Amino acid sequence: METVTLTIKNQPDLYLEADNITPDAFAGKKADEIANLHVYVGREQHRLGDFFEVSGNAGATPEETKIVVNGDLSRVKYIGMKMTGGEVVANGNADMYVGAWMQGGKITVNGNVDAFAGTGMKDGELVINGNAGNYLGAAYRGDWRGMQGGKITVKGNAGSDLGTFMNGGEIIVGGDVDVHVATHAEGGKIVIKGNAKSRLGGQMVEGEIYVLGNIDVMMPGFAYREDVDIEMDGIKGRFALYEGDLGERHRKRKGQPIYAKLYQQIGA
Amino acid sequence: MAEYLIKNGFVFDPVLGIRGDQADIAIKDGKIVETNAITNPKVIDAAGKTVMAGGVDIHAHVAGPKVNVGRNFRPEDKLFGYKPRNGIERMQGGFSVPTTIRTGYNYARMGYTTVMEAAMPPLYARHTHEEMRDTPILDQGAYPVFGNNWFVLEYLKNHEIENTAAYIAWLLRATKGYAVKVVNPGGTEAWAWGLNCENVHDPVPYFDITPAQIVTGLIEANEYLGLPHSMHVHANNLGNPGNYTTTLDTFKLSEGIKPKSKFGRDQVMHHTHVQFHSYGGDSWANVDSRAREIMDYVNSHDNITIDMGQVTLDETTTMTADGPFEHHLTELNHLKWANADVELETGSGVVPYVYSPNIKVCAIQWAIGLELALLAKDSSRIFLTTDHPNAGPFIRYPRVMKWLMSEEAREQQFDAFKHKDKVIEATNLAGIGRELDLYEIAQMTRAGPAKSLGLAHMYGGLAPGLEADVAVYDFNPNEPYAPDDIEKAFSNAEHLFKTGVQVVRDHEIASNGNKRTLWVNAKVNENPQVMRDVKEKFLRYYTVTLNNYEVTGHYLPNPYVIEVDATQ
Repeated sequence: METVTLTIKNQPDLYLEADNITPDAFAGKKADEIANLHVYVGREQHRLGDFFEVSGNAGATPEETKIVVNGDLSRVKYIGMKMTGGEVVANGNADMYVGAWMQGGKITVNGNVDAFAGTGMKDGELVINGNAGNYLGAAYRGDWRGMQGGKITVKGNAGSDLGTFMNGGEIIVGGDVDVHVATHAEGGKIVIKGNAKSRLGGQMVEGEIYVLGNIDVMMPGFAYREDVDIEMDGIKGRFALYEGDLGERHRKRKGQPIYAKLYQQIGA
Repeated sequence: MAEYLIKNGFVFDPVLGIRGDQADIAIKDGKIVETNAITNPKVIDAAGKTVMAGGVDIHAHVAGPKVNVGRNFRPEDKLFGYKPRNGIERMQGGFSVPTTIRTGYNYARMGYTTVMEAAMPPLYARHTHEEMRDTPILDQGAYPVFGNNWFVLEYLKNHEIENTAAYIAWLLRATKGYAVKVVNPGGTEAWAWGLNCENVHDPVPYFDITPAQIVTGLIEANEYLGLPHSMHVHANNLGNPGNYTTTLDTFKLSEGIKPKSKFGRDQVMHHTHVQFHSYGGDSWANVDSRAREIMDYVNSHDNITIDMGQVTLDETTTMTADGPFEHHLTELNHLKWANADVELETGSGVVPYVYSPNIKVCAIQWAIGLELALLAKDSSRIFLTTDHPNAGPFIRYPRVMKWLMSEEAREQQFDAFKHKDKVIEATNLAGIGRELDLYEIAQMTRAGPAKSLGLAHMYGGLAPGLEADVAVYDFNPNEPYAPDDIEKAFSNAEHLFKTGVQVVRDHEIASNGNKRTLWVNAKVNENPQVMRDVKEKFLRYYTVTLNNYEVTGHYLPNPYVIEVDATQ
């Protein structure tokens, strides 16, 4: 695997739309060609090299390409957007849409990410070693196709509207989450190791939410069913199982409706 | 204005009866002229290329409130689709519900020059005209909807044709409308009670009238006025298995009525997007094609024209004044739904839809649309449409041409279906070997719709005296080609002239044109009763006054008025 290192040297006046920072766009290119890829600031087009020092050449394919981005990336959007393979490591806080619509490969952010990380993600792995903003693994505005597959892991906390319209894949949050979890979801799995606030699973049709900490307010559309023992991915304990959202339509299997499941830990 | 001579192209023109022979087309002062009438023309070398009149779209949803609802509630339709401003081209966005700017440009790129907005809610006519005003290049008109209008329901309940006609004349003038459109007659009004009218004899709640009475009465009123276009209907029971009988029942309402119009059309009923109305079976499990039954009727009755409503197998946005149908659709696909009631006039709904080649019903719908066109004996009475954007976006017309012109292209599509065998079993298409030629395509996209609209004196052909709307395509019909070459060439006209102005040059937009808005000014005898009813309804029911209702001058910066004298 070949490594390309980008180090930010000039901060943009506005925000940098850098959807070309992907193994797919870099593959087969040398450092100077990579520096010539375009980025936008507002409506103006610039070169990637106007903002970043570029060193190292990319591999022949996305799979053989690793990108390391260094510095304060809090004004850089779309890192790893739509990538299909390879690896991106961002050493710093990044702005919105990290790993949005990604289809493969791995992104590691050693810092925080702003909103819409992993939007519409189909496959691959997104690891955030800081906190995530709102709309992690959600759908684009208006779309009903949120996260479809792959895995997102957040070491810290996540914001509101986590997993909106999620249809598949997995999101694991090490810390706490804000309001609105898995709204409209029709599949997938969300694990919240810390506390949740309210509106978990509103209009949720299918899928699973696990909460290891507290839930401030449970949705009235979720009904308590039973207590169950769970052992899964290093999580072990007794959980209260709720099913919902009872106000929504639900698919049936053998005549029985399939509900979304919300598990809250109640004991070791 | 500049003179042009388009030399040596292979011309396909049903008006002149030219079937691909080489001919020269001359343009002067915005009109087609004899080649000896020009002195110093710019010469366009069209040798080895196809030349046709500008395309005419008789039915598309391209302007107005429901189109804008589609734009507003589908930001995902615009995602990654923007094109920044470039020279003369303004910024463009959107796929199935494109911006007005993209709408104009994309029609021009296909060689189309006239596009009719198929459903204008009268109360929102101002908005509709604002959007048409902002759609470059194209000549446009809009059809106000009448089939659920309280005035119409009340007059026709007592078969008051003269009053209905006077109201139509008044509303066309007030809204600057072009034709009488009917959507799910009575059914959209019934939807205000949570009901629907599924066949032509279902009574409309409260009004105590049937869809059959509404349709027949509006045909009679349309012919009383002698409007350019006929009554234009989207029948009851759209999109339901087994609905072909409702369609045939609707067709039969035109029997025995003859056109009384000076505008040269032969039909008294245009039935739109017939694909959605040609289903057999009694559930989605056993739905099948009844295109043969439908076309047997159309082929033997020459006072009807129809258009296809071809499914293009895309993700799109459905939108119709058929409010109950959109509710039915959102219950089927569980995607977002917008619904509107338009006071005394109509209603509407909007729902996104994905026509997937992996879903059997979508593939059956695809086959039915093509069967209609391939079973037609007279290609000048069936028009190429996708009911844009309902069955697919209009930018797919060239793909529909490919399917109509090439059995190989249809076989490729059959092979791409997940349930190929079941689709073949439920439809006739696999057994139809017919391949349309470019002359028949020109009938379906130019001469036919122009005549049906009563605009054969302006559009649809290349005869001297017609508007100089001329498209040149980089397509040589006399050399071997692959099916995809058809789609490529007709998606991307090499040159296009609109009223004598070159709007596409070397495949690029060269001018924003001089778009005109067509409307019909029908003069009738003074009718104090109808004028009193209008005043009374505005006072009693409407949320706006008459002064805030009528479409006035600045909404139509470049109007083209078609005068009709129906005084007696």
